[in-house]
Amino acid sequence: MTPNLTFAPEDVVHPGAIAEAVASAAKPVAATGTDILTVRNLSKIFGPKPERAAELMKQGLGRNEIFEQTGNMVAVNDVSLSVKAGEIFVVMGLSGSGKSTLVRLLNRLIEPTSGQVILEGRDIAPMSTPELRGVRRKKMAMVFQSFALLPNRTVLDNIAYGLEVAGLKKAERYEVARAALTRLGLGSYERLLPSELSGGMQQRVGLARALAVNPSVLLMDEAFSALDPLIRFEMQNELLRLQKEEQRTIVFISHDIEEAIKIGGRIGIMKDGCLIQVGTPAELIQSPADAYVRDFFRNVDVSRFLKASSLMTGVDRGRISCDVATPSERYLNQLIDSGVECGYVCDESGRYQGCVTPASLHKTGKRPVREALLGDVNAVPLDADLHQLAAIALSQEHDVPVTDAAGQLAGVVSCRTILKQVMERRAA
Amino acid sequence: MNSSVIGKFAEDAVNFLFQQFRGGFDAFSAALGAVVKLLEDGLAAVPFVAMLVILMALAFWRRGVFFSVFVGLALLVIQYMGLWAQTVSTLALVIAATVFSLVIGVPLGIWGARNKRVEMILRSLLDFMQTMPAFVYLIPAVILFGLGRVPAVIATIVFAMPPVVRLTTLGIRQVREELLEAGRAFGSTDAQLLWKIQLPNALPSIMAGVNQTIMMALSMVVVASMIGAGGLGEYVLSGIQRLDIGIGFEGGLGVVLLAIVLDRLTESFGVKARKTKRVSRAAKAGANGVART
Repeated sequence: MTPNLTFAPEDVVHPGAIAEAVASAAKPVAATGTDILTVRNLSKIFGPKPERAAELMKQGLGRNEIFEQTGNMVAVNDVSLSVKAGEIFVVMGLSGSGKSTLVRLLNRLIEPTSGQVILEGRDIAPMSTPELRGVRRKKMAMVFQSFALLPNRTVLDNIAYGLEVAGLKKAERYEVARAALTRLGLGSYERLLPSELSGGMQQRVGLARALAVNPSVLLMDEAFSALDPLIRFEMQNELLRLQKEEQRTIVFISHDIEEAIKIGGRIGIMKDGCLIQVGTPAELIQSPADAYVRDFFRNVDVSRFLKASSLMTGVDRGRISCDVATPSERYLNQLIDSGVECGYVCDESGRYQGCVTPASLHKTGKRPVREALLGDVNAVPLDADLHQLAAIALSQEHDVPVTDAAGQLAGVVSCRTILKQVMERRAA
Repeated sequence: MNSSVIGKFAEDAVNFLFQQFRGGFDAFSAALGAVVKLLEDGLAAVPFVAMLVILMALAFWRRGVFFSVFVGLALLVIQYMGLWAQTVSTLALVIAATVFSLVIGVPLGIWGARNKRVEMILRSLLDFMQTMPAFVYLIPAVILFGLGRVPAVIATIVFAMPPVVRLTTLGIRQVREELLEAGRAFGSTDAQLLWKIQLPNALPSIMAGVNQTIMMALSMVVVASMIGAGGLGEYVLSGIQRLDIGIGFEGGLGVVLLAIVLDRLTESFGVKARKTKRVSRAAKAGANGVART
């Protein structure tokens, strides 16, 4: 497979090969995890005297004060961030926080006042118009909140638009467009006009149009915000499915925290043009930078970010280290003396074997401990969330053992703790 | 009756143009005259029956049976009144004037849409052109180009051009900003933006402008009969001169029938064209499966 496919007219690429590349989904441009897009000190000031506003901005004046003094609007204020190859980076913020302006600064639909946008090592901000056009044709594609499909063109011609302006021949661009069409399940709609499709289908076309140019970075500006809740949910899953097929770098703008948590690897939170915190959903929930960030999560079910690892307590008294082949009665007194309801049996290497109670040990008597293990007590991994813990706790009588990746007993989450956390989530 | 300084100025300006660019005007006049003559001879060469069939077929394709029958009757009435030759002559003038209006007007409209200052100048110029009584154009046209078809066509162009300029500008301005944004985001050049996004989406508005221009051209061609444009207008004019109600009415009826045919036909190429296409496509898709989810 050709790495880093480019769709320049001068490139002699067999059309079949292009379609295949798009269909089988591979863009090994940069290894996953390295920074592919870096933004440094990016600012945008709208208005008559941006220089003066920039000075005041440096002095640390607020957005409203600058507007009152100069009549300039600071839309994006000194934002720096980096997006790793293959991740979905979500920019979150209330309306007016500058997130839509930020995404348009990345492909210079809006000219930055100052700062750098470095894509694959090249700064986009100072580029000439033809160079910028090249970047837009091959490296960055965009999906719009309002779909922005051309009403006079069929679905197929809409999807092929990016390739058409890049100068691809009709047969070639249709082949690539059809491959994108198929990937998004739009196969039978290619001859329809956008107005004949539902909103969800229209945005699939919008997404296919962006994917058809095989961009290094996909910009999605509130792409699902205009859709009905059910369709939005479906499109989010669709995006995650596509992302599983191929790791594409996506900058996703959203004002919906649920959406951000669902699809975002990392989330950047914007407020009044500033990027105030960047982190994984769990990081933002556990240590929000300020009340603004915390407020975002107020109405969100964060239980899935509460992991067994943070809720468990160590096992000291209830731990029984033994060879499961030894007779059960040997451990009966030890368990009774420790005063716990049940014991967690580990072998010599510390691997968790199962759970016993005084009753089960007594009943087994001289036979091996192995036979005394209770059948219905299941261990959960360290990253099990509150939902999973609650489900397990419901299905058994005892506290829930937690094991690490090596199968070692890491701790126990008591049913009481689980109940308490569930109640707290309800209260919040 | 004498004109004031303002009138003198206009007179001087026309005289100045006439003296300075006489050669140019003559050449232009000859070229335009040749085009109009060619068009008129071409149309006149088509037998009435052939024209009847062609126009009825066109009417059926664009609008359906009812309109096709109407076109047939209209042409037969004109033929019965003995005005077919005049109608063809008028049609040739209208077509010539419309084509020139579009060739000049559409680019002007595009320019106006891309440049605020140009639009401002154009707007005041167009207001002037449209509100100045149509007869007034006849005077400088005669001085510069003499009598006959050429000055008639030129006066008609000046009078009929404003709608297509205005509606082209308006149509392009009304293209949704997000479509332009999408076009730019995918790396369109300015020319690609114009041809692939702005003009196609402004087409209904531009076609409305074309329709208006044709209607205004038709009305002006009748007025221009006073400087020798010929055709139906001349017939009407002779009715006025002789105070003959019959002749006047017959000429007028011919103009009305021609106007209705032209209006309905050109209108169908605007919004209607898109609608019928859409319906047939949707029907096709409906047969293949569900179009909506």
